[in-house]
Amino acid sequence: MTTKKLQYERPVIQKLNTGVMNKFGTKTEYKPVTHIDDNSVKDLIEKFGSPLFVISEKSIRDTYHNANRAFKNRYPKVQFAWSYKTNYVNAVCNVFHQEGSWAEVVSGFEYNKALQNGVPGNKIIFNGPDKSEAELTLAINNDSLIHIDHLDELYLIKEIANQSKKRPRVAIRVNMDTGVYPMWDRFGFNYENGQAWDAINKIMLNDKMDLVGLHSHIGTFMLAPSAYGIAAAKLSDLAIAIKKKYKKNIQYIDMGGGFASKNTLKGSYLQGVDTSPTFDQFAEAITTSILNAGFTENELPLLILETGRALIDDAGYLLGTVISNKRLSDGRRATIMDFGVNILFTSFWYDHKISPAQEFGQYTEDAVLYGPLCMNIDVIRENITLPPLMRNDHVVVHTVGAYNMTQWMQFISLRPAIVMIDTKNIPHIIRNRETLNSIQGDEVMPKHLKDFKL
Amino acid sequence: MKIKKNIALSDSGFVFDPATGDSFTTNPIGLEIIKMLKDGKTLSEIKSAILKKYLTDEATFEKDNYDFMNMLSKHRLTVDNEKEKN
Repeated sequence: MTTKKLQYERPVIQKLNTGVMNKFGTKTEYKPVTHIDDNSVKDLIEKFGSPLFVISEKSIRDTYHNANRAFKNRYPKVQFAWSYKTNYVNAVCNVFHQEGSWAEVVSGFEYNKALQNGVPGNKIIFNGPDKSEAELTLAINNDSLIHIDHLDELYLIKEIANQSKKRPRVAIRVNMDTGVYPMWDRFGFNYENGQAWDAINKIMLNDKMDLVGLHSHIGTFMLAPSAYGIAAAKLSDLAIAIKKKYKKNIQYIDMGGGFASKNTLKGSYLQGVDTSPTFDQFAEAITTSILNAGFTENELPLLILETGRALIDDAGYLLGTVISNKRLSDGRRATIMDFGVNILFTSFWYDHKISPAQEFGQYTEDAVLYGPLCMNIDVIRENITLPPLMRNDHVVVHTVGAYNMTQWMQFISLRPAIVMIDTKNIPHIIRNRETLNSIQGDEVMPKHLKDFKL
Repeated sequence: MKIKKNIALSDSGFVFDPATGDSFTTNPIGLEIIKMLKDGKTLSEIKSAILKKYLTDEATFEKDNYDFMNMLSKHRLTVDNEKEKN
């Protein structure tokens, strides 16, 4: 007779520090996450490899509907524009475009990506400080909305407009004091010192271009909806001043992006899910300011939102695998994962929620989570409490949809595949795992360096 | 490796060192190993017992037990680190 063996768990022992603050924090995540949208993590990794980015299409659409509802319930004219820099994988962009989002781009590269995705030129918002003459000419010919960042750009557009039959449709980016620190004043024209009003006058007095909008983008990962209320009030003041002086209605006010997602910032005492404002809170602050600014009903400008992070972060997961466990000199457990800061760039500023992807017992360990890079800075979590993970165990990193798939680095290792799980829970590869040729394809070897003897 | 004689163990995995007042928590497999150490079992005997009872392989357990023994030593629960008087 053979007896069935028991499930093995690594032996662990931990000192109890009753009554003493624990720097590893309170219990964070003890439930395994074995499936994403009905797809088992194990199967996804077997099929597409590890590490692997997974995006839930259902989550994107649900989040978008929630944001759209929050604003449209409060304001009659609302338009979202998908922030390409947040995640410009084409499949992701097209989910937003299918939902009705325009495109918001900050470079010629992103502009052409939006065009190739099929976004009409007049529904592309062109932001950013770096727009070449050729890119501006293309945008003017396509009737795109050009958000002017500095006077040099304004004068360049004037020059192009003088030689063009098209009238550029422009807005200016306005920076301002909204009561939050740090104040973003490097982009656009300042409200308080009068630069914004000067720029508006220069455009209004030019007969070759149309000032159609006013834009601001007050910061990133903003936790204070009231700051948006102040920004919306200041932009509305400018719009009403334009109406008064030039008898012209501004067509839209663009509040930019920057809404916080549910991630937890490093050093934050409370979890992001408890502290990040809802879409309703942001919508309430912004729409109240515009509605109370003094516009007549017919003159209310279109409200454009370039929300990126808060719309996509929740939909992204990173699946990974344990490479090894080791013990540091001070006794701390260190677990080495097969993904590092090269592909999880946001781990520099977030304490990402990380869940084991398999069942485990009730015992946990305090650990440091390292990536696989041969670089000391490759730390995913400095302190985390997890059950004893073993080599080849899997984990799920949550809320990684924003910025990782655009800011990731091809450094030391190749970048992983991205899979999107559709609304019927079927996984689709939307970006292949890189190969050596993905990186070397553009390298050129001078003839005299081709051969060597060792 | 020997565990300190006066270490108190509970069935729920609570470990108490009366000499220092330190208390610890260990998982079921850790408790089994400590009990075997208390009973004077050698590392080889412990390994055989664990491999017989649990779904694991020799290399995995050797690595894990090496780490566990180091932690017992670090927490001063073994007589190697802290010799008992008399």
